[in-house]
Amino acid sequence: MSDLTVERLPPLGMVTIRGELSKIGDAIVGETGCAVPAPRMSERSGERQLLWMSPDELMLVCEYGEAGATADALTARFGDAFATVVNTSDARQVFALSGQHAEDALASLMPVDFARMKAEEVRRTRMAQIPAAIWREGEGWRLICFRSVATYAEDLLRGAKTVGG
Amino acid sequence: MSRRLKIGGRLIDRSRPVTFTFDGRELRGYAGDTLASALLANGRMVMGRSFKYHRPRSVVGAGPEEPNALMGVGEGARFEPNRRATLQEVYEGLTARSQNAWPSLGLDIGRMNDYGSRFLPAGFYYKTFIHPRPLWKHVFEPFIRKAAGLGAAPEQADADTYAHRYAYCDTLIAGGGVAGLLAAKAAGEAGERVMLVESRADWGGRSVTDGAEIDGKAADTWVKDILQHLDGMENVVRMSRCEASGVYDHGYVLCTENLTDHTSHKDGPRERLWRVRAGRVVAATGAIERPLSFAGNDVPGVLLASALRDYVVNHAVSMGERTVIVTNNDDAYRTAKVLLKAGLRVPAILDVRSAAGSAIVNEVKAMGVAVHHGRGIAKVHGDDRVTGVSVCLQAGEGHVMQEIRCDCVAMSGGWSPVVHLWSHCGGKLWWDEVRAMFRPDPDNPPSGADGQGFVTAIGAASGALTTAEVLADAAEAMDTEAPVCVAEEEGPIQPVWIMPEAAGPKLRTKMWLDFQNDVKVSDVRLAAQEGFESVEHAKRYTTLGMATDQGKLSNINGLAVLADRLDTTIPQVGTTTFRPPYTPVTIGTLAGEARGVVFQPLRRTPMHDWHEAQGAYWEPVGHWRRPYCYPKDGESHDEAVTREIRATRNSLGLLDASTLGKILVRGPDAAKFMDMLYTNMMSSLKPGRCRYGLMCDEQGFLMDDGVVARIDDQTFLCHTTTGGADRIHGWMEDWLQCEWWDWKVHAINVTEQFAQIAVVGPNARKVLEKLGGMDVSAEMLPFMAWADGTLGGFDLRAYRISFSGELSYELAVPATQGLALWEALIAAGAEFGVTPYGTEALHVMRAEKGFIMIGDETDGTVVPQDLGLDWAISKKKEDFLGKRGQQRSEFQKADRWKLVGLETIDGKPLEEGAYAIGEGRNANGQQRVQGRVTSTYMSPTLGRGIAMGLIERGSERMGETVRFSRIGQGPQEARIVNTVFFDPEGEKANV
Amino acid sequence: MLLLTCPCCGLSVEETELAPGGEAHLKRVGPDGSDTSFEQYLFKRENRKGVHFERWRHAYGCGKWFLAARDTATLEVFGTYPAQTTEPPAEIRMKIEKGSRG
Repeated sequence: MSDLTVERLPPLGMVTIRGELSKIGDAIVGETGCAVPAPRMSERSGERQLLWMSPDELMLVCEYGEAGATADALTARFGDAFATVVNTSDARQVFALSGQHAEDALASLMPVDFARMKAEEVRRTRMAQIPAAIWREGEGWRLICFRSVATYAEDLLRGAKTVGG
Repeated sequence: MSRRLKIGGRLIDRSRPVTFTFDGRELRGYAGDTLASALLANGRMVMGRSFKYHRPRSVVGAGPEEPNALMGVGEGARFEPNRRATLQEVYEGLTARSQNAWPSLGLDIGRMNDYGSRFLPAGFYYKTFIHPRPLWKHVFEPFIRKAAGLGAAPEQADADTYAHRYAYCDTLIAGGGVAGLLAAKAAGEAGERVMLVESRADWGGRSVTDGAEIDGKAADTWVKDILQHLDGMENVVRMSRCEASGVYDHGYVLCTENLTDHTSHKDGPRERLWRVRAGRVVAATGAIERPLSFAGNDVPGVLLASALRDYVVNHAVSMGERTVIVTNNDDAYRTAKVLLKAGLRVPAILDVRSAAGSAIVNEVKAMGVAVHHGRGIAKVHGDDRVTGVSVCLQAGEGHVMQEIRCDCVAMSGGWSPVVHLWSHCGGKLWWDEVRAMFRPDPDNPPSGADGQGFVTAIGAASGALTTAEVLADAAEAMDTEAPVCVAEEEGPIQPVWIMPEAAGPKLRTKMWLDFQNDVKVSDVRLAAQEGFESVEHAKRYTTLGMATDQGKLSNINGLAVLADRLDTTIPQVGTTTFRPPYTPVTIGTLAGEARGVVFQPLRRTPMHDWHEAQGAYWEPVGHWRRPYCYPKDGESHDEAVTREIRATRNSLGLLDASTLGKILVRGPDAAKFMDMLYTNMMSSLKPGRCRYGLMCDEQGFLMDDGVVARIDDQTFLCHTTTGGADRIHGWMEDWLQCEWWDWKVHAINVTEQFAQIAVVGPNARKVLEKLGGMDVSAEMLPFMAWADGTLGGFDLRAYRISFSGELSYELAVPATQGLALWEALIAAGAEFGVTPYGTEALHVMRAEKGFIMIGDETDGTVVPQDLGLDWAISKKKEDFLGKRGQQRSEFQKADRWKLVGLETIDGKPLEEGAYAIGEGRNANGQQRVQGRVTSTYMSPTLGRGIAMGLIERGSERMGETVRFSRIGQGPQEARIVNTVFFDPEGEKANV
Repeated sequence: MLLLTCPCCGLSVEETELAPGGEAHLKRVGPDGSDTSFEQYLFKRENRKGVHFERWRHAYGCGKWFLAARDTATLEVFGTYPAQTTEPPAEIRMKIEKGSRG
């Protein structure tokens, strides 16, 4: 039997931040406490985490309850700068994956070279037929996908055939 | 008769007998047997019938090249046809059955095709069944289809599961023979990430079977040592029963790993498809021996010399007691040695070469075997098995000089490197005249993303033949030291393509090239004669190499015959294209996890489970499922739709509108961008207000529509169709990233963030007021306005928009609140008889109002002007996407088909997609048409069939009656009317 | 199956993570364009056996469009570069000239 636990987590706070990171970086650091991550990486500060999504997009992961207020505060800090902040906490489903075969299971569904993935890396990729993103969390993994396909994602992960067991 | 030998068999375990069944009879074998070797051990020579002539056939090979021994393996939901008995390992309880034989393998009625075979040459079916034409469809084709085909298709759904796995490596080595092992060692020691795959269960390949000596050790010891060494390296992964099936662009390799086909334990996935990205592919795939083309070379008991050696050495199985060997090279002498050692007799070796003096030839001669030089086989005797051969001079017409009694013939026509993996991505070959083989041309490898070659063929796959040569070649390619191995000098091969070389037509019609598809020398010559001179044409005309073995045995011999007939050279004729996979791959393996509930992603709204619990009848919309209607006990779908429409029009309906696309467009240049995206003027829309807008592609065709809400000066929220959300977001990103990258605009797809509920009907306001909170009055929230606020404790945004013609609000809340709000509305609406309605009621109500639906009224060839939507196309704007396209002359023509309403005279609805019948006939002699129906429904509101359609000059023809086609009935008449059937003044929505 | 490096996030990804977008460096023709130039913009496409400049979107990743110079016959990739360019960068053009076998 494969050693894999798939857990659906309650929604996390997620704030989409779009803009020129070189111009709004200081404001982001000031508000979130997280450094601006390098491309494809993530930065943490306490419970908060900033994920690099694209050259002009970050995602702040925080407590669900504080997302709205944080989004408003970020918008206020950006002032006239060309930037957009949207609370997207309800748009995605978060999964926690743990167990010895978690990476194995992911490798059956994603075209990702896990050996080359850095510890702080956030990988946006394809999981079977849907977009998904993963990053390491402690010994395990976090995986996010759009909310409408959460059941599909869960079925895929629970049914994943691992090489190890 | 074939039998098990008393001793030997390096791959079988005599302490582990297994029982299996073949055609219902229980037989015994040993662990390590293939199905083929186990059948031979039981004296079962005949294993199949050929495709066309139904000739009895036994094995001719011992590996993936086997064309004859194809069987149905497994039962019920685990049955699979066309499995190769030479690759199928036996296990306790295995069931196999022969195919292409009726009523039985021994007595097959289809054999009569063989007796009439001279009437069935290549192209027979093409020529014979073309006239009279109508008979093809109803008589010939059904009959031929029934007679054709090999195994039967499985009748039950596959009980097995399959897995995929992505993998990455620097070097993928295909083939676990000595070359592949040496390559893996070299790459592994260099620190590369290495994957080594071997299609069979055992390692070491032919060098072990042939008992070579490497580094002073027996080959099998050398193999064991190197495997242990590889297992000690973390960067090396090796897998047996895993075939590199195909090499694709940029180092992509598909490997198929068999997990349960060799065992009675069927738990877990049956096969795993490895989707590998390799920096470099090393093809160490060996070589395949070629048959010789002599009359009767397909009679059971005639097989490749190397295959016979495999059966004797690996499985301790003999094919017969007296084996005549016929060869054009030295390798077959190894078979003679093996047979003699096993105590079997070799009455003669027929060596077409006039002389041969290498060490092994002399050694065999010294063992007392009669070697006849310059001789070949004129004819094999026997029907269901070999009884003897007639000997002739190779350089002659086939005059019989001698008859030799024998029950087995081992043939060797030389070797063909397995160049498939080299060739799949375009690696070129060169013809080696001396060795008579196509070899990989190292100067023209398949090239990868960097323009450099990424496949290397080593060992026998590159044309090296002896163990010493193979190891030297592999060592050189991998830049490592070659193990010490005594070189065996071999005499040169003498190419032989037909035997005897001047054989007449009578013999040529009994010389098989492609055993499985029954293609003979005479067929290929006929193809050339009839003008199929290109090798690709000749292949398709004769079906040479088109069977499930894909010509692994037959192709080189076939094209040599073609070259001879065309009086040209073999390299001039060239090979047909090598295409993946190397051996057949099951569809289940390719599908992997994508079956059952995860066949496709299914998108669910936050209220999905509620709909499900209410017994919704689902309609797929893209990957979404939307309720089509909610039938109550005993209600038909039509009745449910009618009820839902009446309830909504008369009181209160609820629609889950969460699937509609919602895209936030924000930034200082947002208004400018919106004016380019939409045909309408969007920059003039005031914050707090909504506007219906159209989006066209650059050709001017209408591609999406929806309501735009202006949030603030810099922010718009664009609603799209359900199917359009991702596409339109991508469209926006395309223009922002690739054309107007200096515009300051962000487009963010927030579709998944919100649940959206349409509250519709005369009592819509009352139910919202009952929930309590924000002011939803006509004064504070007029038609086409929106406001943020609270209702029943939910923070939400309310849009006063209507797609039904009723008083209507769409309420948007964060997705996690969607179900709670829905349930609150259901509870509060009880006193108004609140009725959830589905997509069909939505469609009927929008059609009653003459609202268009993307995909019904549009099909990618319709401009908004065709739909009478000129009012939504700004004339003030200098530019918008599609404006130039709409200026094209085609769209200015007066006879464009224009959207109109259609009211049937008989009151019944028109048929979906019905054509409006025009006058006369067109240039092709077909009935002219003057339009078509785009939407048609039974309107419960009006109690009659209503429709919309595109009709030539339709907008100028109000009141005219037009006839519409009906399937299987006479035409139906309908009157052209305004598209708005219900409440044309819009009084109901605007209250 | 192709492997392309997205210049926007630096990942080398397989084709299944990308969405193709046709020919690169097209110049949009608006309402003032003649019939001929508009036809050129809408319909006339290169179909070259050789180096082709094409658009790709890293659809399953960072979502950004980028451009690639790729030989349609050998599949050699001479480079990928940002979509915000009107012509292939000099560096890539040089590589193509050097690499072409005439």
